[in-house]
Amino acid sequence: MLADLLAALSFQAGYNTRIVLIGAVLLGTAAGLVGTFTLLRGRALVSDALGHATLPGVVLAFIAGSALGLSSRNLPLLLAGAAASGALAVWLVHLLSHHTRLTEDTAIAAVLGSSFGLGVVLLSVAQRLPTGGQAGLGTFILGQTAGMTEGEVWTMAGLAALAILASVALFKEFRLICFDPDFARGIGWPVQRLDLLLLALVVVVTVAGLQTVGLVLVVAFLVIPPVAARFWSDRLDRILLLAGLFGGVSGAVGAALSAALPGLPTGAVIVLVAGTLFLLSLLFAPRRGVVATLLRQGSMGFRLAVVKALSDRRRGPAAPVSGTVALWLRARGLTTRDGALTPRGEAAAERADRNLALWERLTRTDPNAIPDTALWGIDDATRVLPQATLARLREGTAR
Amino acid sequence: MSFLQSLTRFRTEPAGTSATGAATAIDADAASPLSVRGLSVAYHHKPVLWSIDYTAPPRGLVAVIGPNGAGKSTFIKACLGLVPALSGEVRVFGRPVAAMRGEIGYMPQRGSVDWDFPVSALDVVAMGRYGRIGMLRPVRRADRERALACLEMVGLADFAGRQIGQLSGGQQQRVFLARALAQEARLYFMDEPFAGVDAATERAILDVLHTLDRQGRTVICVHHDLQTVTDRFHHALVLNVEKIADGPVARTVTEETLARAYATARQDGDPRLLSFPARRAGAAE
Repeated sequence: MLADLLAALSFQAGYNTRIVLIGAVLLGTAAGLVGTFTLLRGRALVSDALGHATLPGVVLAFIAGSALGLSSRNLPLLLAGAAASGALAVWLVHLLSHHTRLTEDTAIAAVLGSSFGLGVVLLSVAQRLPTGGQAGLGTFILGQTAGMTEGEVWTMAGLAALAILASVALFKEFRLICFDPDFARGIGWPVQRLDLLLLALVVVVTVAGLQTVGLVLVVAFLVIPPVAARFWSDRLDRILLLAGLFGGVSGAVGAALSAALPGLPTGAVIVLVAGTLFLLSLLFAPRRGVVATLLRQGSMGFRLAVVKALSDRRRGPAAPVSGTVALWLRARGLTTRDGALTPRGEAAAERADRNLALWERLTRTDPNAIPDTALWGIDDATRVLPQATLARLREGTAR
Repeated sequence: MSFLQSLTRFRTEPAGTSATGAATAIDADAASPLSVRGLSVAYHHKPVLWSIDYTAPPRGLVAVIGPNGAGKSTFIKACLGLVPALSGEVRVFGRPVAAMRGEIGYMPQRGSVDWDFPVSALDVVAMGRYGRIGMLRPVRRADRERALACLEMVGLADFAGRQIGQLSGGQQQRVFLARALAQEARLYFMDEPFAGVDAATERAILDVLHTLDRQGRTVICVHHDLQTVTDRFHHALVLNVEKIADGPVARTVTEETLARAYATARQDGDPRLLSFPARRAGAAE
């Protein structure tokens, strides 16, 4: 199984597996990019309703196709059906939340549940049709790449590429409407139309991903890569890049696993891979990750204790400090065995005192100028404070 | 003007009409940076602003004052077209707002956006240039330099690369101010620029306001602090759903007008006025 997986990932498996992989990577990248904007615009739940609501559309399109005597699995028709019912659901959510007293989340829950229920009922009807059995509509729910034809893969890849291009081209526009839609309206930008365009891109990604990730989990594919990427950067361009990368990697691994183990639901595997990337980001990202935060808090407490111990000792015999701090001071050669300062310790204590005095003066005169990233009393004030602030502080000392 | 009249008037003069037909009624105000006729706004069938007529002075600093729920923020938003007006007409330098977007600068309340958003201070200020740059066009170096100069004006050049969430509240307020400056407008709307700021930010905002005034711009500020109105502004517009008074501060901000503006809200205990702040979408006035 591992050999099959590696073969698929390294493009050595069959032609079909290879193009599925390319398609899945494009789809994942598109999901990451579109998902980032969707999340920042607060539309993650709406896209969940959209995803679930594609089911009745797919099944109705299939029934209509059978009635018209089209082939059992006419993909463009099915995808058009999905897009139509997905869009209808978004419109319903909008109507319910704007023209009734229902809140948006209530409207979403109602639309999501009832449209998915309708889809499942229609599906059981469709499967009793003479052509129903072969169509494999059920795979749209959780995704199954195994049976995809070449044409289907290219359709998916094309749609995904379209979504990628659109979200890159509209970076500046989407960022503004996500951050401050009122300001965008104030300069005369068509915020509503840009919002619709963003939702249309969600429809495109959802429809493109029907066979790969499935309609139930497509929202996870839109949400998880951006959330994971957010841990690594404060800059939107980098977040987009990382979200696209995480999405692409999840798509690739999911498709490759699916090729190695044909029974596996691809969508679930893709989302699990994305979930793993999220977990790793949550734990180990620098600065924002859980581990980094805990370490920072711990080390800050320790370093402040050291500064305080040094500064206390400079003023004469001081109360004994806790074990680790005392050990550390001894090990660095700053104190003697009986806890008094060594000459090196004196110098260090004087530096710490001078630094502490700068921080204290800043707190008194201009508390708003303290940068959030600086460690108060620990970081060297002359290094972390902006020049202008330092100059003001020094002026204060001279006076 | 009755409600019905103002409604029909709005219908017969859609925003796009050329100056010839519509201007007759407000010919005298053609030069005014902002002229408002019969502006009414309602949220959930209750009036927030009722038939406001207002003509801004050709230049200077204007304070919009009034009790909570008087419709001060709504007045600004309705002028900018951010909330739908029930009726009325807003003209900027004699022309419909839609045609004058490039001449209007806007500084919203600080609480109106998510400050954890992954964007730097400089990026936010550069957004002030977007109206000039246009959609689907890149931000050029000249625009970025202009944005940096505006950050410098509010004393935040050192913080250009900071993610906005890592700035203090006052610094965030100054970023919004710099963004408004970057718009290089002739008419500015500011929503509570002095709300909850530190001394350094207050100084920076006052400096900027004076600079804009010297350059002959008009700045219309929602202001909540009655103590400082006369020191900081030249003109005032006193609102409480209806217009109570407007004109130079010395004549407008008097005990008599303030009593009228603030007493009605309290004394007659009109639930319409008292309940409004809570119903406002997001904006804490």
